[in-house]
Amino acid sequence: MGRYLARRLLQFIPVVVGTMFLLHYMTMLSIQFGGDPIRALFGDNPPPAQVIEAMRARFGLDNGCLEQKGNPCVGIFWDRMLQYLQFDFGINFRGREITDLVGERWPVTLRLTLIAIIFETIVGVILGVMAGLRKDKFVDNFVRFSTTLLIAFPTFVFGVIIQVLVALALGDWIKAQDYFPTWFKAMFTPVFLSDYPWLSLVIPGLVLGAFSLAAIARLTRTSLIENLRSDYVRTARAKGLAQRRVIGVHTLRNSLIPVVTYIGIDVGTLLGGALVTERIFNIPGVGGLVFQSVTQKDSTVVIAVVTMLTLVFLTANLIVDVFYAVLDPRIRYE
Amino acid sequence: MTETTIESKRGTENEVLANLPWDANAPLLEVDNLQVEFHTRDGVAKAINGVSFTLDAGETLGILGESGCGKSVTAQAIMGILDIPPAKITGGSIKLNGVDLLQLDEKTRRHVRANKIAIIFQDALSALNPVFTVGWQLAELYRKHSGASRAQAKAKAVDLLKLVRIPAAEQRVNAFPHQFSGGMRQRVMIAMALALEPDIIIADEPTTALDVTVQAQVMQLLADLQKSQNMGLILITHDMGVVADVVDKITVMYAGDAVERADVYQIYERPAHPYTKALLESIPRVDMKGQELAAIKGLPPPLTQLPPGCSFQPRCRFAKDRCTTEDPPLYDVPGNRKSACHYWEEVFNS
Repeated sequence: MGRYLARRLLQFIPVVVGTMFLLHYMTMLSIQFGGDPIRALFGDNPPPAQVIEAMRARFGLDNGCLEQKGNPCVGIFWDRMLQYLQFDFGINFRGREITDLVGERWPVTLRLTLIAIIFETIVGVILGVMAGLRKDKFVDNFVRFSTTLLIAFPTFVFGVIIQVLVALALGDWIKAQDYFPTWFKAMFTPVFLSDYPWLSLVIPGLVLGAFSLAAIARLTRTSLIENLRSDYVRTARAKGLAQRRVIGVHTLRNSLIPVVTYIGIDVGTLLGGALVTERIFNIPGVGGLVFQSVTQKDSTVVIAVVTMLTLVFLTANLIVDVFYAVLDPRIRYE
Repeated sequence: MTETTIESKRGTENEVLANLPWDANAPLLEVDNLQVEFHTRDGVAKAINGVSFTLDAGETLGILGESGCGKSVTAQAIMGILDIPPAKITGGSIKLNGVDLLQLDEKTRRHVRANKIAIIFQDALSALNPVFTVGWQLAELYRKHSGASRAQAKAKAVDLLKLVRIPAAEQRVNAFPHQFSGGMRQRVMIAMALALEPDIIIADEPTTALDVTVQAQVMQLLADLQKSQNMGLILITHDMGVVADVVDKITVMYAGDAVERADVYQIYERPAHPYTKALLESIPRVDMKGQELAAIKGLPPPLTQLPPGCSFQPRCRFAKDRCTTEDPPLYDVPGNRKSACHYWEEVFNS
């Protein structure tokens, strides 16, 4: 197990460096083809040329390679890597430390993602089990239909619909009623409220988790139906065990193995999806930061933040893989 | 049977079982005219059309037949673990010491399983749950049926593994099914069936998935344990060789029908049904080396479209016109035997 963990951690290095390089090259290309981001910051009122030159120098954008279209600018990449090794992630165009920016925004995104994971796992597994146990009955058809609908809707469409219907229409009505406590009203708000850092993220969290909820429900359903037909479930019944135990102990644990794998991969999808959800609900999270920085071509921020997200994703996957061996003893890591 | 005892028995389950109207004079197991249908997309498949047999304590009954003839369905119907739907028991009775199991409610039926009747499946690798240790799966029976504590149940599990002659039982009890060899795994299945000291064990092709040498060991173990504990054993198999060694009497099944019933020696000496005769002729023999193996031509009919009359008739060399129209009843054959063939005398005397 120790050797396995060490090997997996070593595998992080090429993945992170590769991700960083791809990001780096893409941002370099965007500057080379799309124009100078410093100049774009000032719009119609450009300051004197010396000021622009000084700013370029400050943000490391005075390198000659930025004039040559297609040049990967390996020198800049190398410098950035060396800085990262000293935990120096640089500053944004406003001169703020990126570690500070992320430190402020990371808890919000983490909460949003946690709400989404908890919601999609609990509701998804329950729906999947209900559908799997009543295959081809009403519940099953209902779950299959509604999950198809959820999967078919892009998050940005679904998010806006929920925002308009639940957070605005229903939320306005709820706000007008005196007998609802303030915390309850905070849940049905279309925006993030810093006084209610958890409750005002509930609805965005549900939107973020909706797609994966549908996937988990379907995965659980299929896996359960398959396992219910298996020989060891027949053995469990032959042992004279109660139906509840046959399902809950002998079937469910085996059925959840693929679900756990999915949730591990889903951490990445959720972090990516948070970008859209945070935008719709105006949440000051990491996603908003990336979005803003991409539009400003603030490559230092984009590369630093996405690299951190990559590390989070890799770690989440490693945790899931270790947990996988706990669920299924046939898997041994050597 | 074992050294470890469990004192605190969970009352209700044993009370329910004790209060059933058992009849000590009735046969241990009496299956009468059992009929099972499967409702499939292709129509209704008649998996079992009126199978009857009896089994007494200490006796071994062989149920013989090729794949898909309804052997396993019969076993699962007796256990009460058929998937309903698609399966449906449409008639007959399964009496355990005079109590018709088909009339019991599901909860009582559940108590009968493992306590009174246990089953050994063919493929122990898939029949054991891959995510629990062997010891846990054995101990579960004591924990759920006898109210044993985890420690007590585990000690009993070790005893069971010793009983089925698994070496280093104290260590192996913590191993997972995939860490056992095929033969050892099947021993675990046998241990599981023996756990609550049932009156009847149904072994559904217990040795089919094993190597020939291991087959003999497992069969011997099963036969020894059955004799020492005076259980009734139903051995389901398609292997005539396995049957000859351990079985007292035989029911031969074909396409959901019991076509012949007799003692094992009678059947080997003088079959009274053309299907049994053909099965016996198809056993490879050393003194026939070099000659072509006798096979039964054709395939069994699909259970959704059984032919009118006798279902073996299309493959039967004794068949006459009558066989295509008239379903043969079970005729009495001398020696307290039965045969479902209009022309059993002809087969008997050939």
